[in-house]
Amino acid sequence: MNTTLDKILKNHRKTNGNVITLLQETQEAFGYIPREAVDYFSERLNIAPSRFYGVATFYAQFRLSPIGKNIITSCCGTACHVRGAERILNSIKRELKLPEDEDTTQDRQFTVEKVACLGFCSFAPVVLINHAVFGKTNVDPLLKEIRALRKK
Amino acid sequence: MDASTVIRICMGPAGIAAGGKDVLDAFKASLSRSGVRADLKKNCSSHQVGCLGLCARDVLVEVHRNGSKTVYQYVKPDMVQRIVDEHLVAAEPVKEWLVDGAYDAFYKKQIKVVLSDCGRIDPEDIGAYQAVGGYDAAKEALSSWTPEKVIEEIKLSGLRGRGGAGFLTGLKWELGRKAPGSTKYIVCNADEGDPGAFMDRAVIEGNPHSVIEGMIIGAYALGANQGFVYIRAEYPLAVERLRRALEQARGKNYLGARVFGSSFDFDIKVALGAGAFVCGEETALIASVEGQRGMPRPKPPFPVNRGLWQRPTVINNVETLANIPSIIKRGCSWYASYGTEKSRGTKVFALTGKIKNPGLIEVPMGITLGEIIYDIGGGIDSGKTMKAVQTGGPSGGCIPASMLDLTVDYESLAKVGSIVGSGGMIVLDENDCMVNMAQYFIQFTQAESCGKCVPCRVGTKRLLEILSRITKGHGRNGDIERLEKLSAGIKAASLCGLGQTAPNPILSTIRYFREEFETHIKNKKCPAKVCKALLTYSISQDACKACGACLKACPSGAIAGAKKTPHKIDPAKCIRCGSCFEVCKFNAVERE
Repeated sequence: MNTTLDKILKNHRKTNGNVITLLQETQEAFGYIPREAVDYFSERLNIAPSRFYGVATFYAQFRLSPIGKNIITSCCGTACHVRGAERILNSIKRELKLPEDEDTTQDRQFTVEKVACLGFCSFAPVVLINHAVFGKTNVDPLLKEIRALRKK
Repeated sequence: MDASTVIRICMGPAGIAAGGKDVLDAFKASLSRSGVRADLKKNCSSHQVGCLGLCARDVLVEVHRNGSKTVYQYVKPDMVQRIVDEHLVAAEPVKEWLVDGAYDAFYKKQIKVVLSDCGRIDPEDIGAYQAVGGYDAAKEALSSWTPEKVIEEIKLSGLRGRGGAGFLTGLKWELGRKAPGSTKYIVCNADEGDPGAFMDRAVIEGNPHSVIEGMIIGAYALGANQGFVYIRAEYPLAVERLRRALEQARGKNYLGARVFGSSFDFDIKVALGAGAFVCGEETALIASVEGQRGMPRPKPPFPVNRGLWQRPTVINNVETLANIPSIIKRGCSWYASYGTEKSRGTKVFALTGKIKNPGLIEVPMGITLGEIIYDIGGGIDSGKTMKAVQTGGPSGGCIPASMLDLTVDYESLAKVGSIVGSGGMIVLDENDCMVNMAQYFIQFTQAESCGKCVPCRVGTKRLLEILSRITKGHGRNGDIERLEKLSAGIKAASLCGLGQTAPNPILSTIRYFREEFETHIKNKKCPAKVCKALLTYSISQDACKACGACLKACPSGAIAGAKKTPHKIDPAKCIRCGSCFEVCKFNAVERE
């Protein structure tokens, strides 16, 4: 881990980079912002950890816990909303037995993300499963795909 | 590229989602296969283009041959071989796959300025942009125009900011030019956070060079030597194409030291946004580019005087900048000939929702809502009645179907309680609940409120609570008035545009659909049958064929029944998810 963090830090110093870029690169490398990374940067850059967490919790992109193996992205844009995005999201969460306020299953097989708009409005409602686009979809093909992934 | 046959494959956001990449690969493979004549191979090029517009029919493929254009719709990779064999080799277009009359109607009333080359040229090739006159405007402006002349031209064109607020672009540039200081910045705001809007993304993905050229001209007018494009990290393809375009422009010395051989230095950096709606606000965007939490600060001082790192900074939206090269090239009076007196030019909209032909459109300002929805959009799909159209996203409002004659420009939309905004246009039909829409938008703004000022942070939360209880059947007498009063306070007292406009979706829906709110509160019913908690499901014993579909679909085990006995729902167990309603093929499930 430390070699990766060193590399990010070096790049940060070289480019006069900012905290957002630093955290983006960290997330790119680990899939989330590990606590160890914040401590590491904090010590070496002499910036309080609260500043990192302040930025990390402000922006939707950052996550503080590890991400699941399979990523399900549910679009909640207006066009998807009026075509039943919420119902689809609820069905997915029910299938994965995910509690209301959690986004990753306990076995870390699945993470369910909500996004404001994917830009595929003409295919609403849209759900991505590991970047494969499911457009104009109803629940069935999604559950089928989830079950197939689970078996893998 | 002097090929006599050109095949253009739509790889806009929707084109990619529909499998545009596979179609392009199929064309490339098919054309290189043996059996295709050598001259055809040599003279035929196939390439990707940005959004072609009519996203509903993607993947769209245009075949340009001997000066005529043929368009195929819903193309899948396995259709490609036949198109090549019959159309290209035997010169007989595959008739049943061609677009129909709706396609022509979709384009008839559109005027493409910003999108003119988006969908014609390969966005990853600077040569393609140059071939259609790209960078000529910047070259001319930098070699023979003074910055003042550029500003004057943009002012006369009447171009107003396309990000939402509609401030005159020329005036903003003039203020930036006059601001004291030797270091200045120009920033392109590509942080498109509106749900239901993808115009900026389509422009950057379809023609990134037009935005870069606009920035070069703007930077020259201001005297800025450094530019930033603040773009969402959630748009990886747009970021990739933009970075490639910047690299190509640097290679041609259109960016860097002494651009176009002038004495002017200018370069552009990409700043990746990390997902925060409030960063569309100028001062919040500045904080974010600087690497901080994107929280707005009071204005004045305005960013034109004190922006990025306290230096004068002009922030323009993607679409605004993409307009600039055309205005310089074709003149301010050409541009001003489109649109209305106060809203000149054209505007790009993402037309979506319950409409037959959703897609990306560009229309002259002053066109009516009816023309957009019925002539271009083809009307409501599924034959239902139109109820309203939502414009301006979470800062805008819902305009009822009775106002289809309303012209689309900054002033008219503001008058009816909505805004042009960045350009989302979502059509709603009788199955959409207006209380639910209001709740949807306030839920969004409440979550995106940065929390700095109390009216927005606490106020939107209270609005959401009131709306939630109304949709759950716990609405109280006086809730409508409570919403109105609270909204007025939030609008007046919030620090930035997010809070000042957040109540708009509520106020406009109350204004035009008050009785729907009242039905929710007094009768505990949702006329559009959307609000879950207000519905009851039952199975018509006559219509039920006892097929068992609902029984299997029910996640809570609320349905009882056996073979040949009509099923029944136990209201105590029913969680009102609507699964049974969805799966029933005999319309036996009733909801009220």
